[in-house]
Amino acid sequence: MRKRERLSVVAVEAVGPYVLLRVERGRLDPGVPGQFFMLEAPGRVLPRPMSLCLAPPAELAFLFDPVGPGTRALAEVEPGDALHVFGPLGNGFSLDVARPLLVGGGIGVAPLPYLSAALGEPRALLGFRTEWHAEAAALVPNAEVVIDPVLVTEALEPGRDVLACGPEPMLEAVGDLCPGAQLAWEAPMACGYGGCYGCVVDVDGRRARLCVEGPVLVAA
Amino acid sequence: MSLLNASGCLDALAAPEVTAELDAYVTKTVTPLPREGNDAPRIAETDSGMLNSIGLQNPGRDAFVADVLPRLAHLRLWVSVGGFTAAEYADTCAVLDARAEVEQLELNLSCPNVDEAADSAAEIVAACRAATSKPLWAKLSPALPDLPEVARAVQAAGADGLSLVNTLRGLALDERTLRPRLGRGVGGYSGPALKPVALAAVFAAYGATGMPIVGMGRVWSGSDALELIAAGATHVALGTVLFSDPGAPARIRAELAAETAALGLSDPAEVHGRAHADPLSIRTTLDRTSRVERAKSLEI
Repeated sequence: MRKRERLSVVAVEAVGPYVLLRVERGRLDPGVPGQFFMLEAPGRVLPRPMSLCLAPPAELAFLFDPVGPGTRALAEVEPGDALHVFGPLGNGFSLDVARPLLVGGGIGVAPLPYLSAALGEPRALLGFRTEWHAEAAALVPNAEVVIDPVLVTEALEPGRDVLACGPEPMLEAVGDLCPGAQLAWEAPMACGYGGCYGCVVDVDGRRARLCVEGPVLVAA
Repeated sequence: MSLLNASGCLDALAAPEVTAELDAYVTKTVTPLPREGNDAPRIAETDSGMLNSIGLQNPGRDAFVADVLPRLAHLRLWVSVGGFTAAEYADTCAVLDARAEVEQLELNLSCPNVDEAADSAAEIVAACRAATSKPLWAKLSPALPDLPEVARAVQAAGADGLSLVNTLRGLALDERTLRPRLGRGVGGYSGPALKPVALAAVFAAYGATGMPIVGMGRVWSGSDALELIAAGATHVALGTVLFSDPGAPARIRAELAAETAALGLSDPAEVHGRAHADPLSIRTTLDRTSRVERAKSLEI
């Protein structure tokens, strides 16, 4: 059941160029891997959608790339500050998979640590732009890392149940190679709970709200 | 005083727990034919608000009536009606006139994200008035060059009230590419920056017409709501705040009660029109001609 609470910041840690923000869990349900939360971005009008990265006891942790005004504001919070957090939202990954392979690209690694824990630490394949970005691979057990210009699609093996998150071109390529793959998409959204119609994507020839029908969608 | 949502800012089916905290629910705008809406991206935050470019995505009138309306029957329901000609608006009003689930009709005369209707606001209101006996609210843009004149015209055409304000047209550019951040280019600007615009529009329209008004535009707190009521709003609607705080209806209602009590009053309606020098005269004692003169005197 989704809830919105004001949670205290426990820690703000650097992971390569990314930021791992840990907050107290409060009474929030961590949800299913791939579900997301709306995090208040201090001083900004709209909250920011973030999938859960880790769910240590009594905490929720989110990994993000501080590249825009909202994520930069979130990167500047300090332990003891409080943030409104709303969730869990959307539909996460189905964990009913026989031979899982986690695939991540860049900051798309964010939901994979929590997913890995839920699936018993299966094999993972992660692609990053640089060695510095690849420091985030340490969050995912049993991960093989490729660095640009090598792409994760070059290292995919057939016959696996792929669960992926990453930039759109990567997800499209993975979906083409692996029909039935579970792909976690991203879209600008204002509310995260179906009100704004900002986050529509094409699903089966119609425009669906990613926050309601996704963010995890099955590749056709 | 009723607390509503602004049309297009809440889906009662996706968020029943948020809708339950409102006095009535306003639907997303319904057009005669289905609309898939504008291309992504549709949302861009700016420093003092946000732009949206949804483009009236909706299933169309027939699917709305068949599939959506029955599921909203438990709510006090306002349906937002859109179209591109007076006849289109009127046809939808006629269909909804026969539906007991619908309590009020709001005519969206001001969506900044689609091409404008060819007919004037007053022509559309007059056509709808002939098609329904349900209360009609005209939702107007704050960017009208002469809002009081349009407000008087829709009043004369048979509108029962006004909804003020819709979003303002705005543009945001990507700082690296210098190209529009929204798929359609421009969008509707809402949020914090809209408050003085909304107050001015409600103030002017109330001064000109004395009509019931749903006030909206950056209602983030109880005191924001109280100011709109003082400017002339009879109801208050929540828009962008619902995106950042789904608990806003209950919070703002509590804050409004506290603000009202702090003024030594028992009902926020007691401040209705207080921003005007002589509020009672607007509604009850002025004839139409002197109302017009009064409105001119209130314009800055």
